[in-house]
Amino acid sequence: MSSIKTFKPKTEEECASIILEGSGFEIQGGGTRAIGKLDGVERNILSTAAMSGIIDYEPAEMVMIAKAGTPLADIEKALVKGKQRMIFEPLDYRTLLGTKGKPTIGGLIASNASGPRRFVAGACRDSFLGARFVNGKGDAIKAGGRVMKNVTGLDLIKLLAGSWGTLAPMTEVTFKVVPQVETEATLVLHGLTSEKAARAMAAAMATSCEVTAAAHLPENIATGFKDVAGKSATLLRLEGFENSVNIRIEKLKAILSAFGEQSVLNDKQTKAVWADIRNVKPFSDSKDKPVWRVSVAPMIGHQLVSQLGAENAFLDWQGGLVWLQMDEKPEADKVRSTIAKLGGGHATLVRASDEQRQSENVFQPENAAVTAISKRIREQFDPLGKFYTGRMG
Amino acid sequence: MSSVEMSDAISTGIQMPKPDQAILARRAEIVAALKAIVPGEGVVDDPTEMRPFETDGFLAYRFMPLAVVLPETTEQISAVLRYLAEAGVPVIPRGAGTSLSGGAIPQEDAVIVGLSRMIKILDTDYENRTLTVQAGATNLSISDAVSADGFFYAPDPSSQLACSIGGNIGMNSGGAHCLKYGVTTNNLLGVKMVLVDGTVVDLGGEHLDAAGLDLLGVICGSEGQLGIVTEATVRLIAKPEGARPVMFGFDTSEDAGACVADIIGTGIVPVAIEFMDKPAIDICEAFAKAGYPMDVNALLIVEVEGSDEEMDDMLARIVTIAKRHKVKVVKESQSATEAALIWKGRKSAFGATGRIADYICMDGTVPLGQLPYVLKETARIVDEYGLRVANVFHAGDGNMHPLILYNINDPVEAQKAEDCGMDLLRLCVDAGGCLTGEHGVGIEKRDLMLYQYTQEDLDQQMAVRAAFDPEWILNPSKVFPFEARGNERPSIAAE
Ligand SMILES: Cc1cc2nc3c(=O)[nH]c(=O)nc-3n(C[C@H](O)[C@H](O)[C@H](O)COP(=O)(O)OP(=O)(O)OC[C@H]3O[C@@H](n4cnc5c(N)ncnc54)[C@H](O)[C@@H]3O)c2cc1C
Ligand SMILES: Cc1cc2nc3c(=O)[nH]c(=O)nc-3n(C[C@H](O)[C@H](O)[C@H](O)COP(=O)(O)OP(=O)(O)OC[C@H]3O[C@@H](n4cnc5c(N)ncnc54)[C@H](O)[C@@H]3O)c2cc1C
Repeated sequence: MSSIKTFKPKTEEECASIILEGSGFEIQGGGTRAIGKLDGVERNILSTAAMSGIIDYEPAEMVMIAKAGTPLADIEKALVKGKQRMIFEPLDYRTLLGTKGKPTIGGLIASNASGPRRFVAGACRDSFLGARFVNGKGDAIKAGGRVMKNVTGLDLIKLLAGSWGTLAPMTEVTFKVVPQVETEATLVLHGLTSEKAARAMAAAMATSCEVTAAAHLPENIATGFKDVAGKSATLLRLEGFENSVNIRIEKLKAILSAFGEQSVLNDKQTKAVWADIRNVKPFSDSKDKPVWRVSVAPMIGHQLVSQLGAENAFLDWQGGLVWLQMDEKPEADKVRSTIAKLGGGHATLVRASDEQRQSENVFQPENAAVTAISKRIREQFDPLGKFYTGRMG
Repeated sequence: MSSVEMSDAISTGIQMPKPDQAILARRAEIVAALKAIVPGEGVVDDPTEMRPFETDGFLAYRFMPLAVVLPETTEQISAVLRYLAEAGVPVIPRGAGTSLSGGAIPQEDAVIVGLSRMIKILDTDYENRTLTVQAGATNLSISDAVSADGFFYAPDPSSQLACSIGGNIGMNSGGAHCLKYGVTTNNLLGVKMVLVDGTVVDLGGEHLDAAGLDLLGVICGSEGQLGIVTEATVRLIAKPEGARPVMFGFDTSEDAGACVADIIGTGIVPVAIEFMDKPAIDICEAFAKAGYPMDVNALLIVEVEGSDEEMDDMLARIVTIAKRHKVKVVKESQSATEAALIWKGRKSAFGATGRIADYICMDGTVPLGQLPYVLKETARIVDEYGLRVANVFHAGDGNMHPLILYNINDPVEAQKAEDCGMDLLRLCVDAGGCLTGEHGVGIEKRDLMLYQYTQEDLDQQMAVRAAFDPEWILNPSKVFPFEARGNERPSIAAE
C-alpha cells in the first residue's frame, strides 16, 4: 500500500494550503511529457488539472490569460476562433512518446516547448509574459505582467519557462498570441547532402525573404513524408499574405538556383510537413529507441550527425536543432563529448526507457558555477524541499 | 578627502543609504589595490576626473563614487570583483551611463566598474548569424560592423550611438524596431559574465536555449545586480530589401490608438509604429522641419519592410485600415529623402524637447486597448500639476514615453515633475500595465515597486538576486525599495 496521493487543487489558495501541509510533491499538468530524470522515488502528485479555464482573451489585445491546468485543446479552440496562434509553434510530444492525456498550457510553458519557428520568432519563453505561482513556502506570487514590454524587476518568467516543475507550480499564465497568417508555402531543395543543405539554409537565412522554418531531412527520413519522398529534402517555409509569399518564393528560388532541383509545397502540404517535423513523427514508430534533442550552432548540426555516424537523424532550426534516434543505448557520453568538441550546445534525452532515465543524465550537466547558481535558485523557490527538483538532472 | 563628502544632489526625493564610513576611511587602500590589478590609466580617483561618473541619463541625482575602475580584460574584472567583494565594497557596473532610471548612478562608498575600454568585436559568424562582442561596445557599432554584408542587430534604442551592449543587457533595452524583432532578451544568445566572487561563467553561446534553468533570461534586465557581463553573443538578422514609412494624422488620440490596435490585429507586422501627440508634433516640427501636419492632434509613423511590391501591398492595407479610423492626413514617402525626413522628426524628439525645456521621460507600458484612456488621463494628471507633457512613443507595444517638461533649476517644479511622473506610472499599473517597458527601475521607480508587486512578489525576486549576490555587493541601492528589504538586506537603516 502506498501512501502516495494525488492533489488537485481548484484554486491558488487551495494549492498553497496543500503545499504548506504536505511535502514530496511532483508537479503535473496533463502528464503527457514523460521527460526527465527519474530517481525511483514515489511522490505525491500535485496536479493542476482542476485549475482550468481561460480567464481573459481579447484577440485585439493579442494576449491570453489562462489557468495553468487549461487543456491546450481548449486554448487552441479559442485561438482558432480569434484567428490567432502561438508564434513559437509548440510541439506535441504524444506522437514521439506515446503518452496519453490532455496536455496543459502550464505543462507547455514549464517545458518551454518550441517548434520550428523558434529560431526566428523566439522560444515559448519569449511569448510568455506573466504568471502566478505558489512557491515552496506557500506564498502566492505574481511574476511579469500582461504587456509586451516589461523590465520591472527581475524576469522570473524566464526562469519558470523550461523549469519542468522544479521551481514551483504555476497556477495562472499569461502569454502573447499573434494573428494567423493568410498562407504558407515551402520551397524544397531535393537531393542535397547534409553539408550542402546547411549551406543552402544559411544562404536562405542571409536573404530578406523571411524564412520562418528551415529543416533538412536526409533521404531515409524524407521517405516517410509523402510530399517530399525520393531524395533528401531541404525545406524552407515562408508565411504571410499570399502575394507576398509568392514574391518571396520566386526570389528565394532564384537565389538558391545553384543548389539544384526545387519544388514548392502549397499551404496544405506545408502545414502537414511541418506538423510532422515539429512532432518528430519520423521517430514515432520505434518507441523502444532512445531519442535526443540537441541544440547546437546551425552549421554544427550536420557535423554532429556525421561525426556520430548516426543513421537516424534530421535537422531543424537551420541545422541548429538535431533530432537523433539511437539504435540501442543513449550513449550520452559520446553524444555530449562530440557536442563539446564541436563548440558546445546541449542534448536532452527526450525518449528513453525508465531504466535509462534513472541511470543517465536526461538534461545536460552544466558546469560547476552554473550548477551552483541553479541549485541556489531552486532553494530560493523551494527552501523546504517540497517539490521534486531532480527532474532536470 | 573632500570628494567623498555628502553629494550635492539636485533632487532629494529619492533616498540613498548613508555611505559606510569604514569604507570611506579605507579609500586610499582600496584605490591602491585596484591600481595593482588594473595598471596605467585604468583607475580614476581624481575628483575632477570622476565628475562624469557621478550620474547617468537620470540627471536629477548625482553622487561621487569612491573610485572608478576601467578594466581591459575579463580577468581584470574578475580580480577586481573578487577583491571588492571580499573587502565588502559595493560595486556599480557601468556601460555608457545613458540609463534614464539612474541604474548606473553610483553611491559614495561604491566603486564603479566601467566597461568603456572593452569595445572589441571578437567574432562575426554570418553562417550561424551571430556576433560576439565585448560588453562595452556601443549598440550601433554592432550593426555598423555587419551592415556592409547585409546584416544588422535589431534592438535599436534611440541612444544607440552611445549606449553599450552591456547596458542594453542590464536594462533589456528596446527601440523602435522591437515591435517586429523583439527587445534585447529576444536577441541575446549568450554572455560571458563575472560573478560577484570573481568566478567567470559562460552562459548560452551560438546555440539556442539553456540546458537547464534559463539564467541568461534572468540576467537580461537585471540592472547590474547579478554579475558583470564582459562579452555578449547576439543574433544577427539579414537586412530587409527596403523599408518605407507612412505618416498618418488624426484628429484625436483615440482614433490613432484604435488604428494601431487594428493594424496589429490584422496580422500585418510593421517594423515600427510610433505615436506623437500635438505637443510632440509641434516640438519636433519646429526643430526638424519634417513636414508634419500641424492641424492634427495625433500622428502615427508606421514603417514596413520588404521588396517594393510587398511594401506597396502592405501600405495599401494599412492605409485602408487608417481610413476606417477617420485618418485626416496620409503621407506616403516617395523617396529615401522623404522617408529620412519623416524619421528625422521622430528621432530628434528627445533632443528637440531638450532644447525647449528640461524633461523627464517616463516609460510605463499599458495594454494596447488602454492607450486612448491612458493618454487622456495623462493629459489630465499633468494639467493638475500645472506642467506640460509631450507624448512620443512606441505605440505598437503600448510602451508610453510621456516627456514631462519642467525647469530643472526650479526645485519646486522639479519636485512636481517627479511626483507627476510617479502618478503617471501608477496610472500605467492601474491600467493593467507596468512601471517600465525598457528603461529599467533603477532608483527612479524603485520606491514604486510595491505599487506593482506585493511584498511576497518582491521577496521572491530578492531571493533570486541573492542566489547570485548573497551579500548585495552589486548595485545594491537599485530596483528594490528599502521598505521592502527587511533587516537582512542593505537598506537606508543599515549603516
Ligand atoms: C496549439 C497546440 C497544440 C498542442 N497539441 C498538443 C497535443 O495535442 N498533445 C500534446 O501532447 N501536446 C500538444 N501540444 C504541446 C505540448 O507540447 C506539451 O507537450 C504539453 O503542453 C505538456 O503539457 P502537460 O500538461 O502534459 O505536461 P506534463 O507532462 O504534466 O508536465 C511537463 C512538465 O511541466 C511541469 N509542469 C506541468 N504543469 C506545470 C505547472 N502548472 N507549473 C509548473 N510546472 C508544471 C511538470 O512538472 C513536468 O516537468 C500542443 C501545443 C499547442 C500550442
Ligand atoms: C537620449 C536617450 C535615448 C534613449 N532611448 C532609449 C530607447 O529608445 N530604448 C531604450 O530601451 N532605452 C533608451 N535609453 C536608455 C538607455 O540608453 C538604455 O537603458 C541603455 O541600454 C543603457 O546603456 P548604457 O551602456 O548607457 O548603460 P548604463 O547606463 O551605464 O547602465 C545601465 C544599467 O546596466 C548596468 N550595466 C551596464 N553595463 C553592464 C555590464 N557590462 N554588466 C552588467 N550590468 C551592466 C548598470 O549597472 C545599470 O544598471 C535612452 C537614453 C537616452 C539618454
